[in-house]
Amino acid sequence: MSSLHVVSVKTYVAIFLALMVLTAITVAVAFVDLGPLNNIVMLGIAIAKATLVVLIFMHVRYSTRLIPLIAAGSFFWLLILFGITISDYLTRGWLGAGTPWGH
Amino acid sequence: MSTAHPAALAHQFESLEQQKESATLGMWLFLAQEILFFGGLFMAYLLYRWRDPQAFAAGSHELDITLGLINTVILIASSLTMALAVHSAQLSRTKALVRWLVATGVLGTAFLVIKYFEYSAKWEHHLVPGPGFHFPEAAIGGRAEIFFSLYFAMTGMHALHMVVGLGLLGWLLVPAMKGKFNAEYHNPIECFGLYWHFVDIVWIFLFPLLYLIGRHYHGAT
Repeated sequence: MSSLHVVSVKTYVAIFLALMVLTAITVAVAFVDLGPLNNIVMLGIAIAKATLVVLIFMHVRYSTRLIPLIAAGSFFWLLILFGITISDYLTRGWLGAGTPWGH
Repeated sequence: MSTAHPAALAHQFESLEQQKESATLGMWLFLAQEILFFGGLFMAYLLYRWRDPQAFAAGSHELDITLGLINTVILIASSLTMALAVHSAQLSRTKALVRWLVATGVLGTAFLVIKYFEYSAKWEHHLVPGPGFHFPEAAIGGRAEIFFSLYFAMTGMHALHMVVGLGLLGWLLVPAMKGKFNAEYHNPIECFGLYWHFVDIVWIFLFPLLYLIGRHYHGAT
Protein backbone atom coordinates (compact mmCIF):
# COMPACT_ATOMS: atom_id res chain seq x y z
CA MET A 1 0.00 0.00 0.00
CA SER A 2 2.98 2.27 0.39
CA SER A 3 3.10 3.31 -3.26
CA LEU A 4 -0.43 4.72 -3.29
CA HIS A 5 0.04 8.39 -4.06
CA VAL A 6 -3.00 10.50 -3.24
CA VAL A 7 -2.97 13.78 -5.14
CA SER A 8 -4.55 16.63 -3.21
CA VAL A 9 -7.88 18.14 -4.25
CA LYS A 10 -6.08 21.48 -4.44
CA THR A 11 -3.75 20.17 -7.15
CA TYR A 12 -6.66 18.80 -9.19
CA VAL A 13 -8.55 22.09 -8.99
CA ALA A 14 -5.39 24.04 -9.90
CA ILE A 15 -4.91 21.84 -12.98
CA PHE A 16 -8.56 22.33 -13.92
CA LEU A 17 -8.16 26.11 -13.66
CA ALA A 18 -4.96 25.99 -15.73
CA LEU A 19 -6.83 24.01 -18.41
CA MET A 20 -9.60 26.63 -18.40
CA VAL A 21 -7.10 29.49 -18.79
CA LEU A 22 -5.36 27.69 -21.67
CA THR A 23 -8.75 27.10 -23.33
CA ALA A 24 -9.57 30.82 -23.02
CA ILE A 25 -6.19 31.75 -24.53
CA THR A 26 -6.56 29.36 -27.47
CA VAL A 27 -10.05 30.73 -28.28
CA ALA A 28 -8.84 34.34 -28.00
CA VAL A 29 -5.81 33.68 -30.20
CA ALA A 30 -8.01 32.05 -32.85
CA PHE A 31 -9.63 35.43 -33.56
CA VAL A 32 -6.31 37.20 -34.14
CA ASP A 33 -4.51 36.70 -37.43
CA LEU A 34 -0.95 35.65 -36.64
CA GLY A 35 -0.28 34.00 -39.99
CA PRO A 36 1.34 30.58 -39.64
CA LEU A 37 1.82 31.22 -35.91
CA ASN A 38 -1.91 30.60 -35.34
CA ASN A 39 -1.52 26.88 -35.95
CA ILE A 40 1.66 26.63 -33.89
CA VAL A 41 0.15 28.42 -30.89
CA MET A 42 -3.08 26.40 -31.16
CA LEU A 43 -1.29 23.05 -31.31
CA GLY A 44 1.22 24.11 -28.64
CA ILE A 45 -1.60 24.93 -26.24
CA ALA A 46 -3.42 21.67 -27.06
CA ILE A 47 -0.22 19.70 -26.38
CA ALA A 48 0.31 21.60 -23.10
CA LYS A 49 -3.27 20.81 -22.03
CA ALA A 50 -2.92 17.15 -22.95
CA THR A 51 0.37 16.95 -21.02
CA LEU A 52 -1.27 18.37 -17.87
CA VAL A 53 -4.09 15.82 -18.15
CA VAL A 54 -1.68 12.91 -18.70
CA LEU A 55 0.73 13.86 -15.92
CA ILE A 56 -1.71 14.83 -13.18
CA PHE A 57 -5.24 13.57 -13.93
CA MET A 58 -3.90 10.27 -15.32
CA HIS A 59 -1.31 10.02 -12.53
CA VAL A 60 1.61 9.31 -14.88
CA ARG A 61 3.79 11.66 -12.85
CA TYR A 62 3.20 9.59 -9.71
CA SER A 63 3.33 6.09 -11.18
CA THR A 64 6.20 3.63 -11.55
CA ARG A 65 8.53 4.20 -14.50
CA LEU A 66 6.93 1.55 -16.67
CA ILE A 67 3.79 3.66 -17.21
CA PRO A 68 5.52 6.83 -18.53
CA LEU A 69 7.48 4.55 -20.83
CA ILE A 70 4.31 3.07 -22.33
CA ALA A 71 2.67 6.50 -22.54
CA ALA A 72 5.68 8.04 -24.28
CA GLY A 73 5.98 4.95 -26.48
CA SER A 74 2.43 5.33 -27.74
CA PHE A 75 3.13 8.92 -28.77
CA PHE A 76 6.34 7.76 -30.42
CA TRP A 77 4.31 5.30 -32.55
CA LEU A 78 2.01 8.19 -33.44
CA LEU A 79 5.06 10.15 -34.63
CA ILE A 80 6.08 7.18 -36.81
CA LEU A 81 2.60 7.19 -38.34
CA PHE A 82 2.77 10.92 -39.03
CA GLY A 83 6.44 10.97 -40.02
CA ILE A 84 6.33 8.21 -42.61
CA THR A 85 3.03 9.36 -44.14
CA ILE A 86 4.19 12.97 -44.41
CA SER A 87 7.58 12.02 -45.84
CA ASP A 88 5.74 9.98 -48.48
CA TYR A 89 3.45 12.84 -49.49
CA LEU A 90 6.27 15.41 -49.40
CA THR A 91 8.62 13.43 -51.63
CA ARG A 92 6.31 12.00 -54.27
CA GLY A 93 7.03 14.86 -56.68
CA TRP A 94 10.78 14.22 -56.54
CA LEU A 95 10.77 11.18 -58.78
CA GLY A 96 8.36 12.61 -61.32
CA ALA A 97 5.55 10.49 -59.95
CA GLY A 98 3.23 13.49 -59.96
CA THR A 99 2.03 15.71 -57.12
CA PRO A 100 0.73 14.10 -53.92
CA TRP A 101 -2.85 14.39 -55.07
CA GLY A 102 -2.37 13.27 -58.65
CA HIS A 103 -3.28 16.56 -60.27
CA MET B 1 -2.93 -3.86 6.15
CA SER B 2 -0.38 -6.63 6.51
CA THR B 3 -2.77 -9.53 6.14
CA ALA B 4 -1.22 -12.52 4.42
CA HIS B 5 -3.71 -12.46 1.58
CA PRO B 6 -5.98 -9.42 1.17
CA ALA B 7 -9.46 -10.26 -0.12
CA ALA B 8 -9.05 -8.02 -3.17
CA LEU B 9 -5.80 -9.69 -4.25
CA ALA B 10 -6.11 -12.14 -7.14
CA HIS B 11 -3.99 -15.29 -6.82
CA GLN B 12 -1.68 -14.60 -9.77
CA PHE B 13 -0.28 -11.45 -8.18
CA GLU B 14 2.40 -11.08 -5.52
CA SER B 15 0.91 -7.99 -3.95
CA LEU B 16 -1.83 -5.42 -4.33
CA GLU B 17 0.76 -3.01 -5.70
CA GLN B 18 1.75 -5.41 -8.43
CA GLN B 19 -1.92 -6.06 -9.19
CA LYS B 20 -2.59 -2.35 -9.50
CA GLU B 21 0.42 -1.76 -11.72
CA SER B 22 -0.61 -4.62 -14.00
CA ALA B 23 -4.10 -3.17 -14.37
CA THR B 24 -2.75 0.31 -15.09
CA LEU B 25 -0.22 -1.07 -17.55
CA GLY B 26 -2.89 -3.05 -19.40
CA MET B 27 -5.09 0.03 -19.59
CA TRP B 28 -2.24 2.12 -20.99
CA LEU B 29 -1.55 -0.50 -23.65
CA PHE B 30 -5.21 -0.31 -24.63
CA LEU B 31 -4.97 3.48 -24.73
CA ALA B 32 -1.81 3.22 -26.89
CA GLN B 33 -3.83 1.52 -29.62
CA GLU B 34 -6.64 4.04 -29.11
CA ILE B 35 -4.09 6.83 -29.69
CA LEU B 36 -3.10 5.18 -32.98
CA PHE B 37 -6.74 4.64 -33.94
CA PHE B 38 -7.53 8.33 -33.53
CA GLY B 39 -4.08 9.08 -34.97
CA GLY B 40 -5.25 7.69 -38.31
CA LEU B 41 -8.16 10.12 -38.31
CA PHE B 42 -5.89 13.04 -37.39
CA MET B 43 -3.51 11.97 -40.19
CA ALA B 44 -6.37 12.06 -42.72
CA TYR B 45 -7.37 15.48 -41.39
CA LEU B 46 -3.81 16.77 -41.82
CA LEU B 47 -3.47 15.56 -45.41
CA TYR B 48 -6.83 16.85 -46.61
CA ARG B 49 -6.35 20.18 -44.87
CA TRP B 50 -2.95 20.46 -46.54
CA ARG B 51 -4.60 19.86 -49.90
CA ASP B 52 -7.30 22.50 -49.50
CA PRO B 53 -6.75 24.85 -46.54
CA GLN B 54 -9.33 27.39 -47.74
CA ALA B 55 -12.14 24.84 -47.83
CA PHE B 56 -11.19 23.74 -44.30
CA ALA B 57 -11.15 27.31 -43.01
CA ALA B 58 -14.51 28.01 -44.65
CA GLY B 59 -15.98 24.75 -43.34
CA SER B 60 -14.69 25.46 -39.85
CA HIS B 61 -16.45 28.80 -39.99
CA GLU B 62 -19.81 27.04 -40.21
CA LEU B 63 -19.28 25.31 -36.85
CA ASP B 64 -20.78 26.82 -33.72
CA ILE B 65 -17.80 28.01 -31.70
CA THR B 66 -19.94 28.85 -28.64
CA LEU B 67 -21.35 25.32 -28.39
CA GLY B 68 -17.87 23.91 -29.06
CA LEU B 69 -16.43 26.01 -26.25
CA ILE B 70 -19.24 25.10 -23.83
CA ASN B 71 -18.61 21.43 -24.59
CA THR B 72 -14.87 21.87 -24.03
CA VAL B 73 -15.55 23.37 -20.59
CA ILE B 74 -18.07 20.62 -19.79
CA LEU B 75 -15.66 17.85 -20.79
CA ILE B 76 -12.69 19.27 -18.88
CA ALA B 77 -14.96 19.74 -15.85
CA SER B 78 -16.00 16.08 -16.18
CA SER B 79 -12.31 15.15 -16.11
CA LEU B 80 -12.00 17.07 -12.84
CA THR B 81 -15.01 15.27 -11.32
CA MET B 82 -13.56 11.95 -12.54
CA ALA B 83 -10.20 12.74 -10.94
CA LEU B 84 -12.05 13.56 -7.71
CA ALA B 85 -13.94 10.26 -7.98
CA VAL B 86 -10.62 8.36 -8.10
CA HIS B 87 -9.40 10.54 -5.23
CA SER B 88 -12.46 9.58 -3.17
CA ALA B 89 -11.93 5.88 -3.94
CA GLN B 90 -8.30 6.16 -2.81
CA LEU B 91 -9.53 7.48 0.53
CA SER B 92 -12.32 4.85 0.82
CA ARG B 93 -14.99 7.56 0.75
CA THR B 94 -17.86 5.62 -0.82
CA LYS B 95 -20.47 8.37 -0.75
CA ALA B 96 -18.13 10.93 -2.31
CA LEU B 97 -17.07 8.37 -4.95
CA VAL B 98 -20.69 7.78 -5.98
CA ARG B 99 -21.38 11.52 -5.99
CA TRP B 100 -18.42 12.33 -8.24
CA LEU B 101 -19.19 9.43 -10.58
CA VAL B 102 -22.77 10.70 -10.95
CA ALA B 103 -21.46 14.24 -11.58
CA THR B 104 -19.15 12.86 -14.29
CA GLY B 105 -22.09 11.02 -15.86
CA VAL B 106 -24.27 14.13 -15.81
CA LEU B 107 -21.54 16.24 -17.47
CA GLY B 108 -20.86 13.53 -20.06
CA THR B 109 -24.57 13.36 -20.89
CA ALA B 110 -24.73 17.16 -21.17
CA PHE B 111 -21.87 17.00 -23.69
CA LEU B 112 -23.77 14.49 -25.83
CA VAL B 113 -27.01 16.48 -25.66
CA ILE B 114 -25.21 19.60 -26.94
CA LYS B 115 -23.53 17.48 -29.63
CA TYR B 116 -26.99 16.28 -30.68
CA PHE B 117 -28.20 19.86 -31.14
CA GLU B 118 -25.05 20.69 -33.11
CA TYR B 119 -25.55 17.69 -35.40
CA SER B 120 -29.21 18.50 -36.02
CA ALA B 121 -28.31 22.11 -36.90
CA LYS B 122 -25.78 20.79 -39.45
CA TRP B 123 -28.50 18.56 -40.88
CA GLU B 124 -30.91 21.47 -41.22
CA HIS B 125 -28.22 23.63 -42.86
CA HIS B 126 -27.48 20.92 -45.46
CA LEU B 127 -23.95 20.45 -44.17
CA VAL B 128 -24.12 16.65 -43.82
CA PRO B 129 -22.03 15.09 -46.63
CA GLY B 130 -24.17 13.34 -49.21
CA PRO B 131 -26.61 14.24 -51.97
CA GLY B 132 -28.21 16.96 -49.81
CA PHE B 133 -24.91 18.74 -49.14
CA HIS B 134 -25.02 22.42 -49.99
CA PHE B 135 -22.33 24.85 -48.85
CA PRO B 136 -23.41 28.51 -48.51
CA GLU B 137 -20.21 29.96 -50.01
CA ALA B 138 -20.39 29.37 -53.76
CA ALA B 139 -16.61 29.74 -54.23
CA ILE B 140 -16.03 26.77 -51.92
CA GLY B 141 -19.10 24.65 -52.68
CA GLY B 142 -18.55 20.89 -52.64
CA ARG B 143 -14.90 21.24 -51.60
CA ALA B 144 -16.10 21.73 -48.02
CA GLU B 145 -17.67 18.27 -48.07
CA ILE B 146 -14.35 16.65 -47.12
CA PHE B 147 -14.08 18.90 -44.08
CA PHE B 148 -17.56 17.90 -42.95
CA SER B 149 -16.90 14.21 -43.63
CA LEU B 150 -13.90 14.42 -41.32
CA TYR B 151 -15.87 16.53 -38.83
CA PHE B 152 -18.55 13.86 -38.55
CA ALA B 153 -16.07 10.96 -38.57
CA MET B 154 -13.87 12.45 -35.85
CA THR B 155 -16.54 13.93 -33.57
CA GLY B 156 -18.71 10.87 -34.24
CA MET B 157 -15.98 8.45 -33.12
CA HIS B 158 -15.34 10.69 -30.13
CA ALA B 159 -19.05 10.77 -29.25
CA LEU B 160 -19.19 6.97 -29.58
CA HIS B 161 -16.35 6.76 -27.06
CA MET B 162 -18.38 9.01 -24.76
CA VAL B 163 -21.42 6.72 -25.09
CA VAL B 164 -19.25 3.68 -24.27
CA GLY B 165 -17.77 5.64 -21.34
CA LEU B 166 -21.23 6.46 -19.97
CA GLY B 167 -22.18 2.78 -20.26
CA LEU B 168 -19.08 1.74 -18.31
CA LEU B 169 -19.82 4.45 -15.77
CA GLY B 170 -23.31 3.07 -15.15
CA TRP B 171 -21.83 -0.41 -14.85
CA LEU B 172 -19.29 0.75 -12.24
CA LEU B 173 -21.86 2.73 -10.29
CA VAL B 174 -23.53 -0.41 -8.89
CA PRO B 175 -20.43 -1.86 -7.15
CA ALA B 176 -19.43 1.69 -6.16
CA MET B 177 -22.76 2.14 -4.34
CA LYS B 178 -22.30 -1.25 -2.67
CA GLY B 179 -19.01 0.02 -1.27
CA LYS B 180 -16.84 -2.43 -3.25
CA PHE B 181 -14.10 0.12 -3.90
CA ASN B 182 -11.72 1.35 -1.22
CA ALA B 183 -8.16 2.43 -0.63
CA GLU B 184 -7.01 -1.18 -0.99
CA TYR B 185 -8.83 -1.97 -4.22
CA HIS B 186 -10.19 0.48 -6.79
CA ASN B 187 -8.51 -0.62 -10.02
CA PRO B 188 -11.73 -0.46 -12.12
CA ILE B 189 -12.29 3.16 -11.04
CA GLU B 190 -8.66 4.08 -11.72
CA CYS B 191 -8.71 2.42 -15.18
CA PHE B 192 -12.06 3.91 -16.10
CA GLY B 193 -10.63 7.29 -15.11
CA LEU B 194 -7.74 6.76 -17.52
CA TYR B 195 -10.20 6.01 -20.32
CA TRP B 196 -12.33 9.06 -19.50
CA HIS B 197 -9.31 11.39 -19.44
CA PHE B 198 -8.11 9.95 -22.75
CA VAL B 199 -11.45 10.80 -24.36
CA ASP B 200 -11.07 14.31 -22.91
CA ILE B 201 -7.62 14.61 -24.52
CA VAL B 202 -9.01 13.66 -27.93
CA TRP B 203 -11.50 16.51 -27.62
CA ILE B 204 -8.73 18.90 -26.50
CA PHE B 205 -7.25 18.40 -29.99
CA LEU B 206 -10.54 18.21 -31.91
CA PHE B 207 -11.82 21.54 -30.62
CA PRO B 208 -9.05 23.79 -32.02
CA LEU B 209 -8.52 21.72 -35.18
CA LEU B 210 -12.19 21.68 -36.17
CA TYR B 211 -13.75 24.78 -34.62
CA LEU B 212 -11.02 27.39 -34.42
CA ILE B 213 -8.96 27.16 -37.62
CA GLY B 214 -11.22 29.33 -39.77
CA ARG B 215 -11.86 32.17 -37.37
CA HIS B 216 -9.32 34.75 -38.45
CA TYR B 217 -9.74 34.45 -42.16
CA HIS B 218 -13.38 35.02 -42.69
CA GLY B 219 -14.19 36.08 -46.21
CA ALA B 220 -10.61 35.47 -47.31
CA THR B 221 -11.74 32.97 -49.91
